[in-house]
Amino acid sequence: MEKKLGVYICKGCGIGESVDIEKLAKSAKSGMVKEENIKTHDILCSSDGLQLINSDIKKNGINTVIVAACSPRVKYEEFDFPGCITERVNIREFVVWMQPPNTDDTQSLAEDYIGMGAIRAQKGDLPEPSILENLSKDILVIGGGITGMTAALDAAKAGYKVVLVEKEPELGGFANKLYKKIPTRDYKEPLIVDTDIGKVVQEVESNPNIKVYKSAKVEKTVGQPGLYDVTIASGSGTDTVKIGAIVVATGWIPYDASKLGHLGYGKYKDVVTNIEFEQIAKKGTIARPSDGKEAKKVAFIQCAGQRDPNHLTYCSSLCCVTSLKQAKYVRQNKDALAMILYKDMRTPGRLEAFYKEAQNDPGIMLTKGEVTGVSDAGNGNFYVMMEKSLLGEKIKVEADMVVLATGMVPTTRGPQEYLDGITLAAAKGDEAKKTYLESTPKPDFILNLDYRQGPELPSLEGAAGFADSNFVCFQYETRRTGVYAAGPVRQPMNMTEAQEDAAGAAFKAIQCIDHVAKGMAVHPRAWDLTFPDPQLIRCTACKRCTEECPFGAIEEDAKGIPTYMLNRCRRCGTCMGACPERIVSFKDYSVDMIGSIIKSIDVPEEEFRIICLVCENDAYPALDTVGLNRKAIDPSVRFIPMRCLGGLNLVWLADGFSKGIDGFLLLGCKFGENYQCHFIKGSELANTRFSKVGETLDRLQLEADRVNMMQVAISEYDKLPDMINAFVEKVKEIGHNPFKEM
Amino acid sequence: MAENRRVLVIGGGMSGLTAAIEAAEAGLDAYIVEKSPYLGGRVAQISKYFWKLCPPNCGLEIQFKRIKNNPRIKYYTLAEVEDIKGEEGNFDVTVKLNPRFVNDRCVGCDACAQACPSFRDNEFNFGMDKTKAAYLPFEQAFPFKYVIDDKSCSKDCMKPCLDACKYDAIDLGMKPETISLKVGAVVLATGWNPYDMNKLDILGSGKIKNVITNMMMERIASVDGPTRGKIVRPSDGKEVKNIAFVQCAGSRDENHLHYCSYVCCLASLKHAMYIREQYPDSKVQIFYIDIRTPGLYEPRFYWKIKDDPNVTFTKGKVAGITENPATKDVIVEVEDVYGGGKIKASFDMVVLATGMDVSTKSSKVGTAISYTPDGLIDDAALKNGIYAVGTLKSPADVARSVQDATGVAIKCIQSVNRR
Repeated sequence: MEKKLGVYICKGCGIGESVDIEKLAKSAKSGMVKEENIKTHDILCSSDGLQLINSDIKKNGINTVIVAACSPRVKYEEFDFPGCITERVNIREFVVWMQPPNTDDTQSLAEDYIGMGAIRAQKGDLPEPSILENLSKDILVIGGGITGMTAALDAAKAGYKVVLVEKEPELGGFANKLYKKIPTRDYKEPLIVDTDIGKVVQEVESNPNIKVYKSAKVEKTVGQPGLYDVTIASGSGTDTVKIGAIVVATGWIPYDASKLGHLGYGKYKDVVTNIEFEQIAKKGTIARPSDGKEAKKVAFIQCAGQRDPNHLTYCSSLCCVTSLKQAKYVRQNKDALAMILYKDMRTPGRLEAFYKEAQNDPGIMLTKGEVTGVSDAGNGNFYVMMEKSLLGEKIKVEADMVVLATGMVPTTRGPQEYLDGITLAAAKGDEAKKTYLESTPKPDFILNLDYRQGPELPSLEGAAGFADSNFVCFQYETRRTGVYAAGPVRQPMNMTEAQEDAAGAAFKAIQCIDHVAKGMAVHPRAWDLTFPDPQLIRCTACKRCTEECPFGAIEEDAKGIPTYMLNRCRRCGTCMGACPERIVSFKDYSVDMIGSIIKSIDVPEEEFRIICLVCENDAYPALDTVGLNRKAIDPSVRFIPMRCLGGLNLVWLADGFSKGIDGFLLLGCKFGENYQCHFIKGSELANTRFSKVGETLDRLQLEADRVNMMQVAISEYDKLPDMINAFVEKVKEIGHNPFKEM
Repeated sequence: MAENRRVLVIGGGMSGLTAAIEAAEAGLDAYIVEKSPYLGGRVAQISKYFWKLCPPNCGLEIQFKRIKNNPRIKYYTLAEVEDIKGEEGNFDVTVKLNPRFVNDRCVGCDACAQACPSFRDNEFNFGMDKTKAAYLPFEQAFPFKYVIDDKSCSKDCMKPCLDACKYDAIDLGMKPETISLKVGAVVLATGWNPYDMNKLDILGSGKIKNVITNMMMERIASVDGPTRGKIVRPSDGKEVKNIAFVQCAGSRDENHLHYCSYVCCLASLKHAMYIREQYPDSKVQIFYIDIRTPGLYEPRFYWKIKDDPNVTFTKGKVAGITENPATKDVIVEVEDVYGGGKIKASFDMVVLATGMDVSTKSSKVGTAISYTPDGLIDDAALKNGIYAVGTLKSPADVARSVQDATGVAIKCIQSVNRR
């Protein structure tokens, strides 16, 4: 498209009173911008102001609109010109609301921003989506328990075809083992009811849109969303199916009770786990495994392994309610007594009703304390020892049967630990890796992704093997686009929660299928039609992009040349930042674009110029709020927004410094454990790259303190002016960049 | 394809935003009806989330960006649903739009607020400070538009706001309007209100100045709160060095809320972290029945503070809270379950970990609601095609509300397909 640029300068909101508008308009004239296409208006967002722009678009062929007014975060409905490239230049929040009026500094700041905006508009293009062909809309659900079956049914009812893979010969999962369940959605009284799992299984098996593979596993998953080839091995052979997106609902396994020897498991037959207790209850009476006698005094030990740094660090969320339910099994015999020994009784939300009911049952004893061990009472019964009980320091409870409320271990944990183990061993050398592989049994993998970055969902620090989201606000965030975890594989949860979660994950799978069909990114840039378009002819096969992509979206061929799997891509631009050859570009975002913006900034000999690259989601709004509060930031600073700091390319620093820029500051999200970067590790990668900038600086004989990276949250706008100004002061102490004079 | 692929979401908090945005990103048209002048709901009032201690405004910024980039989403603030007629796939909804007295021409320049002579209690900060009658709800509010609270305008006001506004954005003649929407499915996502501490007579009936609720604590700790994030007590602005938290303030109580409100243990632990970070020499005492930090919250959050020597956990039931009239300190009497006997201790400030009251009890949603004996929405009794999400069904944290609100989007697809 032949571009015709129009610059529109707003005088409202104090801009006209703070800046010499006539001078500003004059300065906007350049090779790209003709004088007659620079216009000013008192209130550009008014209907009259918008009319000015729209009539230029219509009559004068303006197709690239540069609006110098307020932040792009506001008035977005007004300044929307379909079919045109629109560049918003923030001279309100970033200039007149942050600077004293009518100074030379304020004026040159506004002039620079308009020049920078013109370059951005000149270098950018409207997106043209890349839509891949032969896309599948089918959903693969791995796991046929209540979570997987719910996901399959919800997706099928929404009009999608589903392939359900279950490793056991029957569907139903853990629910098959249960005697009764806590009612899920519809209870009004604290009752326990039949699981009715058979009805769900039947509904799944009779649904024409669901194809079920039993005694089956996923052998290989190749491709990307919309274009997965999934190989499923079952008794009847091997099938390869085309799949659009995947729900992982492989659930949990009980914690290995053999590790709970101190609680008598393995030593005494009548010490059983809560799962084993379900099987016993299913047979009718609560009969002791040792002698078949009906148990009359059953002790339930809560947190049998959970909340314990030596076993499971987390709380399994449902064991308290499970024991309250199982106490009801015991109480089906009115002469029998159930004793629940707990650290904290955890019955959140409406589940409290079950606890309250138990408190009102004289046959259920609830005692708070820490169980220290189980011993033989000599009469066929057991003593459960407790500390810190309500009755005193140490007590002993006699029981004829003991139930250990063991917790859930996600099925993702085994593969994650195994794969992390390989990485760790490999870091020590080939020999260590070989030894690890030979000595460590390989657990069952779930996805078997044919991805360069590994075959399973990557582990998340602090998540204990769960395939959880790292974000409070976005529960279905995934680092493997198109693959969504649901149920107890994601977090410890009960059946109600698992069913809600299944619906959520199935929905995200549908959404992903819809978006790739439009060539559109998924969360968090779920509107973006641009995509990375590398000029591979110049690729040196350095593999940085393939290694650094936070979403594993880039594969490579035998020669190490990358293959961009666009439907996995989230458009953060990390690959663009990683590439030393600067060959990765988006239509509206490129190394050349940002580099040209930086190079366009005039650096007067006697003044300082500092470039501040900011994350557009957090630091940018925080800066807007600094402006709203009319707080000053040193006028030598020029802010440049980025999709994510992961897109930082070091060439910008080299170019900027060679041109006389005095310093570079990066404002990115918190990284490390509990990272806040919504592109996983963009800010962390920027920091890593930044730490290597020393070479560039050394070569230019510049001081290391001229560059800095700060982690800043959207709410830290109260601290931002001081943080930035302190950096500016430091640079000023170092002095001018000597390249300015050249 | 059915023509009515539209969904109405009542409530513009995190659950409602999630349901609407997710549905819209899957091709449905979504209307959000929010009764306050801004979107974001309860989380907009929160300084930091547990467990990550990250600011909710970060996630809200992403949500708002999704709204800005998606023409399928339309939102109404200061709006209430008056009536929902019809059935699944074909609902007729009546929505009342209350006047903002500020139109879309508002640029957010603050001139009206500066000119305004009248003040109002700032309900965003639970009345702990005041704003002008012409005000911006909070600094990062979306939509970024001022509001005029006409009930707070003084009668003899000369309306200087009109002159101050250079953008013709103030329209004091605005009248309530009624609009009709046709939708295929309805999501109730109106969330919760903090349980009214005036009802808690044993805990001071809301009359002791230095006894606040956990949500008030959140505002005090927020950078856009009444004290700009400095944690000081309301009576005299004194730094809070010795603080107590009373858990289950109304929750798990037959006289108040029967259920456990899920978030209060986690919120108090978080508040203890706020205090401990701001005042390294501070002391915190938490009076609890059970510490409930389910799932990964245990190691990710509880363990980060449970061994702090300046934080004392006391299992006990609070029997009374009184004020020392001279110092305005708060005296708490507790039956110590472990130690035995009674504890009587004085604190600079006391935070009541008040629970979640279902919002539909105090504001209408245009459809009949029946409740469980616990006082939660009986969602099984809702009309087909109407779904309740988040804390309406059972108290939940933000994560579970988001999870539920995402899942409801698939139910909406099913509902509009069934038409």
